[in-house]
Amino acid sequence: MRIVHYLNQFFGGIGGEEQAGSPLQEVEGAVGPGRLLEQTFGEGAAVVKTLVCGDNHAVEHQEELTAAVLEHVRGAEADLFVAGPCFDAGRYGMAAGALCSAVQTELGIPAVTAMHEENPGVDLHREGLYIVNSGKNAARMKEVVGRMAGLARKLAAGEAVGLPEEEGYLTRGLIRDRFVGKSSAERLVDMVLAKVQEQPFDTEMPVTSFQPVAKPRGVDDISKAKVMLITDGGLVPKGNPDNIEGMAATRWGAYDISGDDDLAGEDYEISHGGYDPRFVQADPDRLVPLDALRQLEKEGAVGEIHGEFLSTSGLSNPLSNTRRLGREMAEKVKREGVDAVILTST
Amino acid sequence: MQLTSALPIAKMVGSNRVVLGTGIVHVAGDANLPPDEEKALRRKLVEEALDSLRAEEGGAG
Repeated sequence: MRIVHYLNQFFGGIGGEEQAGSPLQEVEGAVGPGRLLEQTFGEGAAVVKTLVCGDNHAVEHQEELTAAVLEHVRGAEADLFVAGPCFDAGRYGMAAGALCSAVQTELGIPAVTAMHEENPGVDLHREGLYIVNSGKNAARMKEVVGRMAGLARKLAAGEAVGLPEEEGYLTRGLIRDRFVGKSSAERLVDMVLAKVQEQPFDTEMPVTSFQPVAKPRGVDDISKAKVMLITDGGLVPKGNPDNIEGMAATRWGAYDISGDDDLAGEDYEISHGGYDPRFVQADPDRLVPLDALRQLEKEGAVGEIHGEFLSTSGLSNPLSNTRRLGREMAEKVKREGVDAVILTST
Repeated sequence: MQLTSALPIAKMVGSNRVVLGTGIVHVAGDANLPPDEEKALRRKLVEEALDSLRAEEGGAG
């Protein structure tokens, strides 16, 4: 088995934070944790190439880095791509996650990484990847690499992968069918009994957790601010020109309102399968309150309304998708100098 | 800021400037009101939304 291994500047032996700007370097054979990886795999597996990049460089030049790494992995005729373990190093985790995702989807080569569960790379990539739970402590390197190797062997051989707690990877938020001995009613009663007896039990429906988002500073003077309207209620021009799906939407649209004081029902439709759309259809201002905001703009209470409103449909959508949609919208918001956004959600 | 009638969802995802709307089916309106009253209600909601976007005096928020 031919393995390509990605490391940051620290684990790759280039240096510490002062080398975080180092561009991608290519080393023949295994380096640092890669040697341990080779040992763990035993005969028949070799790290043929190690790619090392500084953490800052990786995050600041992610597209270039991804393209270069894909080229190396393809050129090395790799059977497996391994990145990290990254422990709680955030930039390292984000790079490792992005590279593993790209190798898997672009080249169809299995990829494994390892991180602490609060590494920001986990949140971004957990759904698409097997990320071994490394904890924070790099002293557990040997154990973590052992788990990565075990998982990687199964992936490379196309064998079935067990549950997160059996294999030691972080939950991916996916639902998998399986046979169990007891009905849901029995399992529920067991859980209630365990709970009242203060015994441990595992929920079958863990609530998705979200990393807290820091509250950005507010606007000093709204009367000079450029404000944009965004909605996840699925309001689109008649004919739905961007084909925004009514559930699990993969797209969003930007629609011109620069000459409008008011939104008229006959010009719009609603692509959202999760609420009764009749009221918004009759008057779209009930979802995208342009009439009121335009009036406030004319009175000077608001500086300026952005010439477009953004819209998508927020229903039954995987987080990986909604995060991308949010990121793309936020890029537009920033690029076009918007000071504040009113997001209306149904 | 987020104007929504699904407050638990806004809280769950960590929205930090939230104004409560007037219902899932008409978050910025109320189809039961006469048109002029509905418009006044919408204006009030938008004013509240703008208020929530202002920087707090002396604070970081």
